[in-house]
Amino acid sequence: MRFVEEFRDAELGATVAAQILSLLEPGRHYKLMEICGGHTHSIYRYGLTDLLPDEVEMVHGPGCPVCVIPMGRIDDAIAIAAREGVTLACFGDMMRVPGSEQTLLDAKAAGADIRVVYSPLDALRIARENPEREVVFFAIGFETTAPSTALTMTRARAERLANFSCFCNHVTIEPPLRALLDLPEFGIDGFVGPGHVATVVGLRPFEFIAADYGRPFVVAGFEPLDILHAIEMLLRQLADGRCEVENQYKRAAPDAGNPVALRAMAEVFELRESFEWRGLGEIPRSALKLAPAYADFDAELRLELPGASVPDPQACQCGDVLKGAIKPWECKVFGTACTPEHAIGTCMVSPEGACAAYYNYGRFAREGEPA
Amino acid sequence: MCLAIPGQVLEIVDEGNRLAKVDVAGVKRNVSVGLLDDEDGGVAVGDWVLIHVGFAISRVDEAEAEATLKLLAGMEESYEQELEELKGSSIE
Repeated sequence: MRFVEEFRDAELGATVAAQILSLLEPGRHYKLMEICGGHTHSIYRYGLTDLLPDEVEMVHGPGCPVCVIPMGRIDDAIAIAAREGVTLACFGDMMRVPGSEQTLLDAKAAGADIRVVYSPLDALRIARENPEREVVFFAIGFETTAPSTALTMTRARAERLANFSCFCNHVTIEPPLRALLDLPEFGIDGFVGPGHVATVVGLRPFEFIAADYGRPFVVAGFEPLDILHAIEMLLRQLADGRCEVENQYKRAAPDAGNPVALRAMAEVFELRESFEWRGLGEIPRSALKLAPAYADFDAELRLELPGASVPDPQACQCGDVLKGAIKPWECKVFGTACTPEHAIGTCMVSPEGACAAYYNYGRFAREGEPA
Repeated sequence: MCLAIPGQVLEIVDEGNRLAKVDVAGVKRNVSVGLLDDEDGGVAVGDWVLIHVGFAISRVDEAEAEATLKLLAGMEESYEQELEELKGSSIE
């Protein structure tokens, strides 16, 4: 229990850990998936796997927005940045994600005008301040981030900003979960649900997991105690033979989500027919593009992009990591050819990626060995 | 960009565009509070909010905000990077 003293309430932490033990059915092994990269990060930072009994295995899911961007889209972003008169604005996390030949960082070093921004509204300001340049915002993220892009595009349209557009790569959380649940070998008993996505979408998009696939689902906050509590709630459902969507993170994520954010997304975006996910392949209706009313602000319509699908490097097993099929350390190149400094795969580049979390917190130990 | 950091609303700086100045661990920057608009007029001065990519995405109470800040401080590198990126932000 060496990390319990870091909890907001250490005594409660110990109680929850004891309750988890009491809920286990003798001889049963439990596999629970945490979907969000933020949870993965917390789990390793606070050593939660050491706190959990051996019978409870945590498997990492596909909820890191940087990790799921396919190589072809990075190549497209680099092609945008390489154009004369164009400035590409992107989040810092994207700079070191490998494209087929280079990263955005390499492209910037070679002279492309690429600016790291904290917010899409910073990209909008850059466009306002540089009317002679075409400014393209490289939008990524799940439903946590998409409403911010939506409001930014609403404002760009209201200001009639002619030199601003969005290269939209927003994705939605439900389709990849459905794709995983449809895998014949997917042996997950329940899910720790993404707290920040739920602040926007609420519980509704997750109902199908309990209703159609018979798996319990608990939306959780990001403190170690939140995650432990969610695991306890999942095990309690399994012990009771229940299967529901529950909310452990009510203090920040209302069950109904955020209606303003959902309305903004509905106004600005529409679903793509299909989108390629790194490691998971094409998933129908799993990503957003700008709605026709915002076509003037759509970089994919304004600029000619390569738009090629580029297969992941052969050595890279990010797809298996994202599906929870292997642990990061089981990847052939983990910690050797692939490190945060020189990453082959996205799961090692993003600080929220499962591989980076393992690597940064020194959790190289194979199962059964001391960490 | 994956983190959501708590900040306290200091003042509404642009009513029309729903921008507020917030204090995030001593860093004072403008963010949009437009996603938290509701029939009660939305975010008010003194409220604590979770901020993600320059937008307040959820209201939280002070105890929650403090606990989250403590948690994030424990995340070291990614928290510091997020704060650095916030310092580089200038939303108008």
